[in-house]
Amino acid sequence: MSSVVTLPDVTAIRAQFPILSEKVHGRDLVFLDSAASAQKPVAVIDAMSDVMRTQYANIHRGLHWMSERTTEAYEAVRGKVAGFLGAPSREEIIFTRNSTEAINLVAYSFGSLLKLGQAVLVSAMEHHANLVPWQMLRDRSGIDLRIIPITENGDLDYDALEQMLGAGDVALVAVTHMSNVIGGMVDARRVADLAHASGAKVLFDGSQAVVHRKVDVQQIDADFYTFTGHKLYGPTGIGVLWARRELLEAMPPFMGGGDMISTVTFEKSTWAPVPHKFEAGTPAIVETIGLGAAIDWVESIGFDAITAHEKQLVDHAARVLPEVPGLRVIGNPEDRGGVFSFVMKDIHPHDMATLLDRNGVAIRAGHHCAEPLMQHLGLTATARASFAIYTTEAEVDALVSALIRIRDFFV
Amino acid sequence: MEVEDLYNSMIVSRSRAPEFSGVVADETNHAEGNNPLCGDRVRLTLRCEDGLIAEAAHQTRGCAICIASADILAEAVAGQAVRNALQMADQFVLMFENEDAGGVLPGNLQIFLPLRQHRARIRCATLPWIALKEALAHDAE
Repeated sequence: MSSVVTLPDVTAIRAQFPILSEKVHGRDLVFLDSAASAQKPVAVIDAMSDVMRTQYANIHRGLHWMSERTTEAYEAVRGKVAGFLGAPSREEIIFTRNSTEAINLVAYSFGSLLKLGQAVLVSAMEHHANLVPWQMLRDRSGIDLRIIPITENGDLDYDALEQMLGAGDVALVAVTHMSNVIGGMVDARRVADLAHASGAKVLFDGSQAVVHRKVDVQQIDADFYTFTGHKLYGPTGIGVLWARRELLEAMPPFMGGGDMISTVTFEKSTWAPVPHKFEAGTPAIVETIGLGAAIDWVESIGFDAITAHEKQLVDHAARVLPEVPGLRVIGNPEDRGGVFSFVMKDIHPHDMATLLDRNGVAIRAGHHCAEPLMQHLGLTATARASFAIYTTEAEVDALVSALIRIRDFFV
Repeated sequence: MEVEDLYNSMIVSRSRAPEFSGVVADETNHAEGNNPLCGDRVRLTLRCEDGLIAEAAHQTRGCAICIASADILAEAVAGQAVRNALQMADQFVLMFENEDAGGVLPGNLQIFLPLRQHRARIRCATLPWIALKEALAHDAE
């Protein structure tokens, strides 16, 4: 029996995103900036609006009907996220504001358990979110921070990682699961196996990866995994940290306040069990429920269809982008998610972005919160086109023809 | 493509072939403008004599708008009294908030006005002028 993956009905999917029928400068919106933040389907918009219209109160504290129903809806999302990540337990899911906060939590809390003489490894292609918190930990605690190089194609240099782990003092390898600039997927299982063989833990920043691939934290043998809701068609203000229970139990709280305590006296407090130990204060209730709706929505399409659609787009873009004279795609990773960074001879990425915008095409230009990577590549900025489940080949073609017109205009 | 109103032909030509790039001889004033958000960088050098800007030049790494703005600045301030140049700088920055403020500026500085529709790019045009104000900060006292 052959397994045929049915491509998703992108027209039907697009109809679920009200914003995609908006005009920009009088033209149809071609939104190729989903890696920065994705647009939202009606299912997410309605879930958030419904909870505020019909079923809202603070959670974990009210003894009344509204609070109990809202608590149930909020906690149900914890279970959805656990299922989404293949996590063994819903209690290992910590809600944060975004992936950045999740990594800061680990850097602060797990970081406080590290000893002088131990090291953290990050890669040369990290988003600032997975670099700056570790620099802050290094400056605070004196641990060592080392950078795993990338290959010329823009893949993680696994041989270099193996060598670096040979030093024997590495406590944690913290790397992106998919580069937000080059677009390459990291072989997470390979990183985890290498790290574990030398006694190190491993954290993956999954902000980009969870949008494009099915992630199973047990299959990749991760210790920590983070992602953010707003790139996954959910709202801003809600992110996720998953970590192994024994790690979470050994880690001190990150922030103090309501909801994260067991008992409080003026002299001392004791902590609530995980996950609540890490969730101080009233959380992003509405946004969490929105994230739940986003996960349901993504799972209703399914990652087989999502990945098949993306592969088709990536192959198409890889074919047509080089048709633009003077255009150079940055990196040639072995397994590319739906992200292309590129530069054009004699045209600055910001000029490209503004001129594309005049044609209704939204892309990102700049350093993409990865300045050290830009320095490594010898660039100050790139243009980046990124794809989502609602992206079409016609939109990639619109990008290419607009780039050709810009080139003619400028050169 | 409706770009001509924004990327005026002078912006394109002056960014492709700047006429005042480099460093002035016997510089008396200089300043650097950086936009960490996009990596644009302008280094401005001036030779001031008796309260006048005798010559200006720039070294700019950045987008077309930033390069053209620096180049047109160098042309516009040469021969101007320091006080006038500082006034031009204020008016240049102000014209993006208030269209009337640009009315007193030379026409080739007004070509940047369409940036009002592209707020994120105004900084590209004003960066050289902010550097000018810094370069002249002590002369103005």
